[in-house]
Formats: sequence, structure tokens, C-alpha cells
Amino acid sequence: MADDLHPVPELSESALTEHDRKFSINFGPQHPAAHGVLRLVLELDGEVVERVDPHIGLLHRGTEKLMEARTYLQNIPYLDRLDYVAPMNQEHAFCLSIEKLAKIEAPYRAQLIRVLYCEIGRILNHLLNVTTQAMDVGALTPPLWGFEEREKLMVFYERACGARLHSNYFRPGGVHQDLPPELIEDIDAWATHFPKVVDDIESLITGNRIFKQRNVDIGVVTRDEALAWGFSGVMVRGSGIAWDLRRNQPYECYDELEFDIPLGKNGDCYDRYLCRVEEMRQSTRIIHQCVERLRKTPGPVLTEDAKVAPPRRGEMKRSMEALIHHFKLYTEGLHTPPGEVYAPVEAPKGEFGVYVVSDGSNKPYRCKIRAPGFPHLAAMDWMNRGHMLADVSAVLGSLDIVFGEIDR
Amino acid sequence: MNFTVSDEALAELGEAIKAAGGPAVQGTEVAHGELNVLVDAERIVAVLAALRDDPALRFQQLIDLCGVDYPERAKRFDVVYHLLSLTKNRRVRVKVQTDEASAVPTITSVYPCADWFEREAFDMYGIFFDGHPDLRRLLTDYGFQGYPLRKDFPMTGYVEVRYDDQQKRVVYEPVKITEFRAFDFLSPWEGAQYALPGDEKAEAK
Repeated sequence: MADDLHPVPELSESALTEHDRKFSINFGPQHPAAHGVLRLVLELDGEVVERVDPHIGLLHRGTEKLMEARTYLQNIPYLDRLDYVAPMNQEHAFCLSIEKLAKIEAPYRAQLIRVLYCEIGRILNHLLNVTTQAMDVGALTPPLWGFEEREKLMVFYERACGARLHSNYFRPGGVHQDLPPELIEDIDAWATHFPKVVDDIESLITGNRIFKQRNVDIGVVTRDEALAWGFSGVMVRGSGIAWDLRRNQPYECYDELEFDIPLGKNGDCYDRYLCRVEEMRQSTRIIHQCVERLRKTPGPVLTEDAKVAPPRRGEMKRSMEALIHHFKLYTEGLHTPPGEVYAPVEAPKGEFGVYVVSDGSNKPYRCKIRAPGFPHLAAMDWMNRGHMLADVSAVLGSLDIVFGEIDR
Repeated sequence: MNFTVSDEALAELGEAIKAAGGPAVQGTEVAHGELNVLVDAERIVAVLAALRDDPALRFQQLIDLCGVDYPERAKRFDVVYHLLSLTKNRRVRVKVQTDEASAVPTITSVYPCADWFEREAFDMYGIFFDGHPDLRRLLTDYGFQGYPLRKDFPMTGYVEVRYDDQQKRVVYEPVKITEFRAFDFLSPWEGAQYALPGDEKAEAK
């Protein structure tokens, strides 16, 4: 009788043909696996992806335009808001570009602090990415465990500069303030215990059958493809290319530090996951070495050049010249010589570079931000072709996308 | 210690690029520890293909592509390509000049990742790329008009959006902010080119 109540419509001949299995769907912009505000227009043949058209720009804030109207010092906070998962790494690239242009050198202690905090940023980023990649394929516990550690790291950010996320801590010629000795000890203690947490998280994910089924042999990138598509960071290392700017084009004091660079073999999502996990371990090694050196290296954390860095408060109260320098730096800001430079750093997501064109004034004439996620996301189309719909979120998770830096 | 390449090595690399690129390479310059190469816009595809394939150069990766606007020039735009060689561990910056009307040949055939970079440069500056497979806007809103990173585009833009509760939808309206605060930091002791407030009477005498 039920058949009479809900008669099954008779399918026409054409509806049964292959052609009608094709349809397009919208993925995002409000989808938990879209990692922010990504809209993907997917063309499917049944469950197989035929074409992916990412629509980005939903978080576009015009950072590059805004930077052209502000002085160099005022621009540093904008860099925090790009990849807000690892803010100090971005500031680092911008400060390096100004230093390259104006030929400023940061004191050794400042370099150590920068490297220390960049590695903290790397762990912050990888903790988020590794665990949310697991969440994209169905696991719920890893993010909870990962975020607990991220919280501790953000407290280290807060204790150094007063802000948990948008730190505004690096300056051309050093960092804003010195670290208190207790903070250095606490970071050391944290880094001693952290590998245990990585082991715990790995015990949840690495050998997990579902995680492997969803990630092994998914989103394979060959070496040639990784080069042709402008990949960097874990995306090239996962494909077996030994390329890390910290080692190949070292900046700051990375050339004195000991660390290994993990490489993948197959270039799939699973290898990239393994690389990120190992990079977290290597970052803790670097943190230990930085802490060791920081204990032995007292000294200034900001260049003494009064034309670049403001005087200390006490000095300003006594010296007329220091007061003038302070006033000029905080109204007019520093001038850079005319010219153009490109300064890259190995950010957690890949090569983050800042291209600054200066016309000799106190503001950048043009500041182009090269975000690592931008070419990675551009590769979504060919990486997903032929995969199933459910693999889209696994591939997206392993690309390590943050929209702050892609949309700028 | 930051990674640096000596100016001599960069000059040598510039000579090698000149040899590989032929007459399309208009000039090379070493500044701030980096190598700049100016190339004829018409022949950029051949030059970049030579830079990628020449065994002495091997610039495998296009790291970045962007536009720069110089409104006072006849050819107002620079298109800047940043290339990286992983095997030779070198970077180079290649520049071509163009204007609003003339298109630059697309380099997607040489470096496929140029696709989105060129779309962005088109979106931000209105630079056309000849032969690009899909030259749509990338970062700006659907239906956006104008090219926001041009120097003559105002900081505030022309259109603002808000949610209208009566119409139950987002409405687009002309921008209401009339001025964007621009501060003048020029010191009167360092050659400000205008009469300072209060100095007008002295000028009149």
C-alpha cells in the first residue's frame, strides 16, 4: 500500500544515462573542513571530482594597499594578521627585508630570540595543522590534545610581548623587549616535556587505520609537479626534495644550529603529515639550543643605532638627543634607502617572502607579500582531479591553508 | 649570519642570463645583494623558458609574480617575476614593463603556477596577460570594478557594503568617508616644499 502513497516517478531514458550523473556543488565558504573562508565549486561525476574551482578573497582586507600608506613600524602588526597561526614568522620576513634594505644588523641575542619564537610559531602551526587534518578525516580527540599545547605556547607569546596572537614583537634591528630569565627557563621545561605530547598525539593518528586509509596515496605530488607549481616548505619536502631555507639559504643564526630536515618519500598526504610531526620534534631541538645560548649571551636585543631603534626609556628621560630620536622615530619613522629587496623565510607553511619597493621615504612604495599557501591552493584543481569527493577535505587539510595569508 | 651571494657572483650570473636570453634581455643590475634583469615584455616567455632550461641557470621555480605601479612613467606597470633555482641556490628578479592597454604574454606554459599570480596582478592592477587560460578576478568581490592597488585608486575605495535589515540583504552604497588621513612628516628643516602655516605673510613681503 505504501507504494500508492509515494509513487516512484518513472525515470525518463535520458535521466538514466551517464551524462546526468554530473553535477556541481558548492563547498564552503562556511564549512568546517574549509579551514576558514574558502568556497570551492566542485564539478563531480558521481562521487569523482572532475574540476575544482576555488573562489578566494572572502578575507581580502587590502593589506598591501594599507601598507603603502603606513610607516614601516606601523606595518608590522599587519604581518601578524596574515598567517595568524604563526604570526611571528611573518613579522620576521618583513623585518629581514627592512634590515636588508637599510643594512641593519640585529644583535646576537635578538637573533636567538627571533629564532626561538619562530620555532615556537612552527610548532603552533604544525600542532594546528596536524590535528585538524585528523579532524577533517573524522578524528575529534587530536585537536583537543593539540590545542592544549598551543595554549601553553600562546602564554609564552603573551609573556614575551603581551599579546597571545597578534604579537607585534619583532622590530627592524631586533625585538622589542628582552625575555625575562624565568620565561626562558619555562620554555626550556616545556620543550623538554613536549616530545612526550607529540608521541601521544602520534599514538592517536600515525598508526590509525582510518587516518591511513584516508591519507595514504591521496593527493600525490611528484617532484616535478612540486617544482612547477611553485610549492615550498613541507609541500616540497613531502615529495622528497631536500629544500629548506633554514639550511639552504640560512638567515639569522640558523647556520650554527643543529637540526634535521625530514623528507617524505611518496609525496602523499600521509608523508606530509609525517614530515610535520618530525619537524615539531626538530623544532624542540632548536628551542633547546636557543635556550642554551640565550643563557650564555646577555646583551642588547635591539640595535643600538638610534636612527633605527628608539632609545630606552631611562635614556630618553635624561638625554635631549635621545628624546629627539624617540620623537622622530614614532612620528616620522625610519627611512629606507631607495631600492627593492625580497626577503624570504622558511615559515611553517613554506616560503614566506616580502618584496619591498622603497622610494627612499618612510613608507614602502610597494609591499608584495608572497604567501606560501597561495600557490598551494592554486594547485587544488589538478591535485583533486580523479579523487573522490571525501578526499577533497583530506587534500585541503594537508595543504595547510590559512586564509589570512592567501587573501591578504 | 644571513645567506648572501657576492656581487661578483651575481654579476657573473647576470652575464650568463644575458647569454641565455639573447637580445631580449635589456639589462642586468646588481643592487642590495640581488640581481635584477630587465626583459622585453614581448619575449618574456622565451626568456623565462631559457632561464628554466639552461643547464647553467636552472631556475626551476617561479616564486612570485606581482605588479608594481609607477603612474608617472609612460609604461606605468612593472611585472616582477621572482625566480628560484633550487639546484644552483640562486634567486633572480626579472622585470618587464607594460601599460594599461598592452598585454604581457602569459607564462603559464613555462610555470603553471603563474595562473593565479597573473589573475591576481590582473585583479589588482588591470594588467592584461595575453593567452591566459582563465583571466578572471581573484581576490576582490564578485562584480567589483576598478583596480585597487593602482596608485590612483583611493584607499577607501568607491563602494561600501552593509546589511540592510528592511530589505533583508546586503546593499552596496557609495563610500561615505570623504577623507583618508594622510600625515605629513616632512620636517621644515629638511626641505618641505610648501609654505608652512604662519609663514604666508613672510612670503608676501
